[in-house]
Amino acid sequence: MTTLAVDDRPTTDPATAGTAEGAVTDAALIYFSSVSDNTHRFVEKLGVRAARMPVLTKEPTLRATRPYVLVLPTYGGITGKGAVPRQVVKFLNNEQNRSLLRGVIGAGNTNFGETYCLAADIVAAKCHVPVLYRFEVMGTSEDVARVTTGLEEFWT
Amino acid sequence: MSEKLKLVDQVQAINWNRIQDDKDVDVWNRLVNNFWLPEKVPLSNDVQSWATLTPEEQQLTMRVFTGLTLLDTVQATVGAVSLIPDALTPHEEAVLTNIAFMESVHAKSYSSIFSTLASTKEIDEAFRWSTENVNLQKKAHIVTDYYRGDDPLKRKVASTLLESFLFYSGFYLPMYWSSRAKLTNTADLVRLIIRDEAVHGYYIGYKFQRGLESATPERRQELKDYTFELLFELYENEVQYTHDLYDSVGLAEDVKKFLHYNANKALMNLGYEAMFPSSVTDVNPAILSALSPNADENHDFFSGSGSSYVIGKAVNTEDEDWDF
Repeated sequence: MTTLAVDDRPTTDPATAGTAEGAVTDAALIYFSSVSDNTHRFVEKLGVRAARMPVLTKEPTLRATRPYVLVLPTYGGITGKGAVPRQVVKFLNNEQNRSLLRGVIGAGNTNFGETYCLAADIVAAKCHVPVLYRFEVMGTSEDVARVTTGLEEFWT
Repeated sequence: MSEKLKLVDQVQAINWNRIQDDKDVDVWNRLVNNFWLPEKVPLSNDVQSWATLTPEEQQLTMRVFTGLTLLDTVQATVGAVSLIPDALTPHEEAVLTNIAFMESVHAKSYSSIFSTLASTKEIDEAFRWSTENVNLQKKAHIVTDYYRGDDPLKRKVASTLLESFLFYSGFYLPMYWSSRAKLTNTADLVRLIIRDEAVHGYYIGYKFQRGLESATPERRQELKDYTFELLFELYENEVQYTHDLYDSVGLAEDVKKFLHYNANKALMNLGYEAMFPSSVTDVNPAILSALSPNADENHDFFSGSGSSYVIGKAVNTEDEDWDF
């Protein structure tokens, strides 16, 4: 694990530790965004109700109650292990959260080469759901328009 | 050096067990994990391919790489170092020293390419060109001037624009050769550089945004105006530079799309909206896929299949399986 936050050091692995009850959400869009807020900005521009996972892994994770699409970023060119943000692993370790996942949208930067949006690919393959879209950094206005239309059609 | 040397006012022993900004640790770890040296890339396998290029194409390639060498040298010895006194945390200082060192590795890598592919005479000629090309020198001077200025946030803007925008007129060419199955090992090396620059631009842009958080609305507006003015100034010069280099092979228009595409990402790294419309950022798909095999437009599921979609079913998975 390469992205372990220092806050987590004294505790057991947060991704597998305990089952502290997190906030319940019925949003159809759930996302993770680090403190860089890039993915957060993209989701804000969509103008739909969405739930953000806690930035810190040690916080209780969200609990989904309806089918949803997951938006998650990949930054830094890490291959394989460690590409999926720890907080997202923790969220998907909840069986109900996993079963309600219907699709994934990836964020990243093509300058990361073969790991561009890798986390989205890994989650999609693992959960047998499609990667619906990829966008870079915080998305252009075209990205926002395409995802907005795409999600509307996806849920109808 | 004409001006007084600027250093950090006070140095305290850096404590990596007390972190103010997790992003510092995160980026440090990524940079360390991404560490590489040019000796690991089998550049000599490109010797045969090099021989298939025309003299004009070889000259273009040499010039592009001396241009990139100059920028990496600026970033290593002036750019990243000039940001250290402005660091918000001691860990940010440490990350910047890593960035400065890797820029020196990048600069040295181009010399590895040269010594593998070209003669001493050709190498010297290309370096001479880099000192004489007006637009290349102007590009280095514009950025260096801002690094010498007294505004910490403006330095970060200049640095992010260098990392995320100014390199790309050069990066285009190895991606172009790679898409035509030429100089593929050289392209592998340049992809490592591109990956590093992406982390650098992301990080410095992030620190710029952290710096903006405590700024007044007037100051924010000033910095936004400054960013776009600087981008325009650099862009105009970059267009000239692109014509200097690529007109002889007829690729200038294609390169400019790549410039627009990357200018948008540089702005986004700084937290600003993309500026160039999609009509001028439609990068040649061969270049995009040389950059990233995942960048294929076909991955746009939404516009691809529409109503024929079958909802995917999650398989039953044990929690233990979720160890990525």
